[in-house]
Amino acid sequence: MIQNNPIGRLVAHIILIVGILIVAFPIYYAFVASTQSLQDIMRPPLSLLPGGHFWENYTTALFGGIGRIGGVSVGRLLINSTIMALAIAVGKIIISILSAYAIVFFRFPGRMVFFWLIFITLMLPVEVRILPTYKVMVDLGLIDTYTGLTVPLMASATATLLFRQFFMTIPGELVEAARVDGAGPWRFFKDILLPLSKTNIAALFVILFIYGWTQYLWPLLMTNRNDMTTIVIGLRKMISFADADTEWHLVMVTCILAILPPILVVVLMQRWFVRGLVETEK
Amino acid sequence: MASSTRVTFPNKVLPYLLLAPQLAITIVFFYWPASQAIRQSVLREDPFGLSTQFVGLGNFKRILSDPNYLNSLQVTIVFSIATAVIAMGFALLFAVMADKVIRGKGVYRTLMIWPYAVAPAIAGMLWLFLFNPSMGTFAYMIRSAGYNWDPLLNSNQAMLLVVAAAAWKQISYNFLFFVAGLQSIPKSLIEAAAIDGAGETKRFWTIIFPLLAPTTFFLLVVNTVYAFFDTFGIIHAVTGGGPGKATETLVYKVYNDGFVNLILGDSAAQSVILMVIVIGLTAIQFRYVERKVHYG
Amino acid sequence: MTFRGTSLSLALGLVLASSTSSFAVTEISWWHAMTGANNEVVETLSKEFNESQSDYKVVPVFKGTYPETLNAGIAAFRAKQAPHIMQVFDAGTGVMMGAEGAIKPVADILSMGGAKFDKSLYLPGIVAYYSKPDGTMLSFPYNSSSPILYYNKDIFKKAGLDENNPPKTWPEVWEAAKKIKTSGAAKCGYTSTWLTWIHTENFAAWNNISYGTNENGIAGTDVELKINAPLYVKHFQELADLAKDGTFRYGGRTSEAKPLFLSGECGIFTESSGGLGDVVKSGMNYGTGQLPYDPDAKGAPQNTTPGGASLWVFAGKSDAEYKGVAAFFTFLSRTDIQARLHQVSGYLPVTLAAYEDTKKSGFYDKNPAREIPIKQMMGKAPTENSKGVRLPNLPQVRDIENEEFENMLSGKQTAQQALDNAVKRGNAAIKQANGQ
Repeated sequence: MIQNNPIGRLVAHIILIVGILIVAFPIYYAFVASTQSLQDIMRPPLSLLPGGHFWENYTTALFGGIGRIGGVSVGRLLINSTIMALAIAVGKIIISILSAYAIVFFRFPGRMVFFWLIFITLMLPVEVRILPTYKVMVDLGLIDTYTGLTVPLMASATATLLFRQFFMTIPGELVEAARVDGAGPWRFFKDILLPLSKTNIAALFVILFIYGWTQYLWPLLMTNRNDMTTIVIGLRKMISFADADTEWHLVMVTCILAILPPILVVVLMQRWFVRGLVETEK
Repeated sequence: MASSTRVTFPNKVLPYLLLAPQLAITIVFFYWPASQAIRQSVLREDPFGLSTQFVGLGNFKRILSDPNYLNSLQVTIVFSIATAVIAMGFALLFAVMADKVIRGKGVYRTLMIWPYAVAPAIAGMLWLFLFNPSMGTFAYMIRSAGYNWDPLLNSNQAMLLVVAAAAWKQISYNFLFFVAGLQSIPKSLIEAAAIDGAGETKRFWTIIFPLLAPTTFFLLVVNTVYAFFDTFGIIHAVTGGGPGKATETLVYKVYNDGFVNLILGDSAAQSVILMVIVIGLTAIQFRYVERKVHYG
Repeated sequence: MTFRGTSLSLALGLVLASSTSSFAVTEISWWHAMTGANNEVVETLSKEFNESQSDYKVVPVFKGTYPETLNAGIAAFRAKQAPHIMQVFDAGTGVMMGAEGAIKPVADILSMGGAKFDKSLYLPGIVAYYSKPDGTMLSFPYNSSSPILYYNKDIFKKAGLDENNPPKTWPEVWEAAKKIKTSGAAKCGYTSTWLTWIHTENFAAWNNISYGTNENGIAGTDVELKINAPLYVKHFQELADLAKDGTFRYGGRTSEAKPLFLSGECGIFTESSGGLGDVVKSGMNYGTGQLPYDPDAKGAPQNTTPGGASLWVFAGKSDAEYKGVAAFFTFLSRTDIQARLHQVSGYLPVTLAAYEDTKKSGFYDKNPAREIPIKQMMGKAPTENSKGVRLPNLPQVRDIENEEFENMLSGKQTAQQALDNAVKRGNAAIKQANGQ
C-alpha cells in the first residue's frame, strides 16, 4: 500500500458502513417485512428487527403459491428472467464495444453522425413510444418471443459511451506499437483492447444484467403468454394496492427471492475487478 | 474532442461493419417507432387512432403557453441537478473509501451494489413502506419525534423525498463505475506522488480526480439523462407529481399525459421538446465540459 | 470476427414459433389488471369456464395496472392484434365509449350468443353506469364496489361515542371526529381514500346534486363541471378546517389512506366496499355504516355509484369468437358464480338473482358490511345526478381536482378557490378532450 494510515482507513470504514446502512436499508427492510405476519405489516409501524415468521412465510411462498402467478412455476419465470438478463447483457456489451471501437479507433466519414445517432436513443423512454413500438413488434412477429424480449433492448447508448470514454484514455503509443508490430485491427482488439477493458466489461455486465432482470413494462407489453413472462411481472401480479387483500408478507418474500440472482452476479463478478492489468500491459 | 491527435487504423470498410449491428437495432427498434412519435406531435388523435387531424404546431403552441409547463420546467431543473449531484457525490465518496480500505473490499462493494438490483416497480413500494406518511415506519418515527413530516401536503418535503428516492437508485450504479474507474488508474502514478510528499487530499484532487475525469464525464452525461428521462416511475410511485404540481417534472408530465391520460398529441409534442432540451444539454456537456477532461 | 454484423439476423433466427394449439378450440383472450387474490379469482373463473365446455378456451393475461392494461390494449388494437376481452377501470369508461368502431357493445354480443339481454336482471345502479344513454349495455361489469363508512369500535368506546351507532351524516362525522381527537382516543378523527371518487363523484350522486351538465356526462361528452356549487364548497371548507389541527388527515390521492385506519391512527374512514378484506384481515374491532350524506341536500341520501372495472369487447373479431365471449359472459352472470364472486371477493353482485340468493343464504347476517353498498345502490331509481360521472378524460379531471384539493388542504387556498380552479381547469381540459 501507498500509505499506512490506520486512522484514515478507520474513517473510510465508518463512512462505508454508514453509506451501506443508507443504501441497503430499504432492502434490509424488505427482508424484515418478509419475516413478519401479515397483520404486523398492515398495522404500522413495523418493527426494525426481523420477526418470527421466516420459515412459515418462505415455505408458503416457495411451495404453496404457484397458482398465484397464472399456473406457471416460479422456476419458469426465473429461467425467462435469466435468459432475458443474460442475452441483453452479453448482446449489449458485444455490439457496444464494437461500435465504440469503430468510433474511437477509426476515422471515417459520418463518424460523429453515427455517434450521435446512437447516443440519442437514450432519450425516449419506452412508455412514450409504446404505440408505434408495439406495431413494429407485431409487424416483425416478435410478440411472445425471446428475440422480442431481448434484441430491441440491446442497442445501448450508455454502454457505447462508457467504452468510448475508456478507449479514449488508452495511450496512442499502444496503437502505434501495435501497428509497428504489424498487428491489424482485429489483433489489437483481441490482444490489447479486450484485456484492458476487463474491469469496465465486468462493471457493465453487472449493470446490464440487472437492467435486463428488472425490466417490467417491456416484457409486460411484449408477451401475451404467461409462460413467457418474467419474475418481476409475476411479482407485480401478487401485489395489489387497491380493492383487494394483498399478502404483503409473501410479496416481500418473493421480492427478496427476486433480487437474489442479481446479487449472485455481483458477487461472482467481484474477481474481475482486479487492479494491475494496466501496469503490466504497459 | 481530442480527435486530431488520436492514432487510428486506416480502414475504409471495417468501421461501418463494426457499427452495423448497433445501428440496425437502433434504426428498427428506435428510430422507426420514434419517428412515429414525432409524427404524433403534429396530430390530434383519439387513443384508438380512429380519427386523426393534422394540427401543425398547435400542440406545441398550447404547451408552451401553459403556465403549468413552465412550472414543470422549473421543477425539473431543481430535481435533476439535486439528483445528479447527490447521486454522483455520494457514489464518488463511497468509491474512494472502498478503494482505500484493505479488508472487506469485496463485501462493501457487494453491499453497495445490490440495491441496484431492486426493480423500480418494487423500489417505489419499499419507499412507501418507509416514508409514506400513512404507512411508513420512518415517517412514523419522524412524526413521533414531533416533526411534522407530511410530504403529501408539504411541497418541499415531497421534493426532498423524490430526490432522495431517485438519487438512492442511482448511487449504486455510479459507485460501480467509479470503482471501475479507480481500478484502472495506475498505482504507480499515485505512488510516485506519495513519494513526492503529496498529502492524501492533494493526491486525490491533483492525480486521482483528473484521471477519473473520463468516468466522471460519462456519469455526468448518464445521470443527467437519467434524471430527465428515467425517473417518472419513481415520481409516480412516491408522490404522483403532488402535492399540487410540486414534483411534476417534464418527463412525469409526458408520462402522465400520454400513458395515463392518453392525450397523445400533447404528450408527443412534450417529448419532442424534452428531447430537444436534453440533446442541447448533452451537446453543451460534450462541447464545454469534455474540454476539461483529460484523456490518456 | 465471428459475429461481424450478424448478431441481429442470428438472433432473429431464434424466433420462437408461437405454440400451435389445437384448431377445434376457439381461444378467447382476456387481458386484465387483477393482482393478488383477485388474480387468483380470474384464473379460477377461466379454468372453470374452460372445463365446463369444450368449444372455447378463455386465456387470461395479466397486463399490469389499469392504465398499463388500457395502453397495452390500445397498442394492440392499433397493431390489429387486439384481445377479445379487456378489463377497463371505471374512469376509462369515457375513453372506451368514445371509441365507437373499436368496441362492440356487450348487449349485442350477448344476443349473438342466443341469450337475450334482459336489463331488468341486472343491478340498476351498476348497469346504468356502463350503458349508453339509450340503455344499451356497453361493457360487462366485472368488479364493482361503492364507498361506505368504516369505524374503529375501540376508538369509539374510548372517545365515549356509541360504538353501535356510526355517524350517518357529514356533520355527525365531523362531531365524532372532533370528539375522537379532543378526547385523545386517537391522533386523528377521520380519513378517507379517493377524495375525487368519494367526496365529489359520489357526493354528487348520494346528495342528488349535479356534478356536471349533460347528466354528469352520461348523456353527452360536452360537460361543464358544477362542483363549485355551495354544497360542495361548504363540504370541502369543513374538510379543510378539520385538516388544520389534524382532525382530518389526508392520506393520498388513491387508496393510500387505508393504513391510517388499519393502524388505529384514525377512528373513522370512508373507503370502497372492496377494502373490507384488508380491514377484516388486520384483526381490528371495526364497524361499518352507510356513506354519510349532507342533511342540507334535498332527497339525500339518493344512491351511490359504482367504481371498479368492467369488461369491454373489441370489434373486428369473428362470429365464432363473439359466441365464445357471449358464452363466457353468460357463465359469469350465472347466479352461483355471481353469488360466489360477491361473497368471496367482495365485489357487488351484477345480477339481482345473485343478491337475493346471497340474502336467502343468511350471508348478510354474518357479513352486514357486504350488504351496505348494495342497499346504497338499490334504494332509489338513479336520477340524472346519480348515474355516475362519465367524462372523456375523467382521469385527467381527477388529477386536476386532486392538485387543487392538495393546495387547499395545505392552506394555500380556500375551498371556494380550489373548487373554482378545478372547474375552470377541468372545463378547459374537457373541451380539449372533445377536440374543441
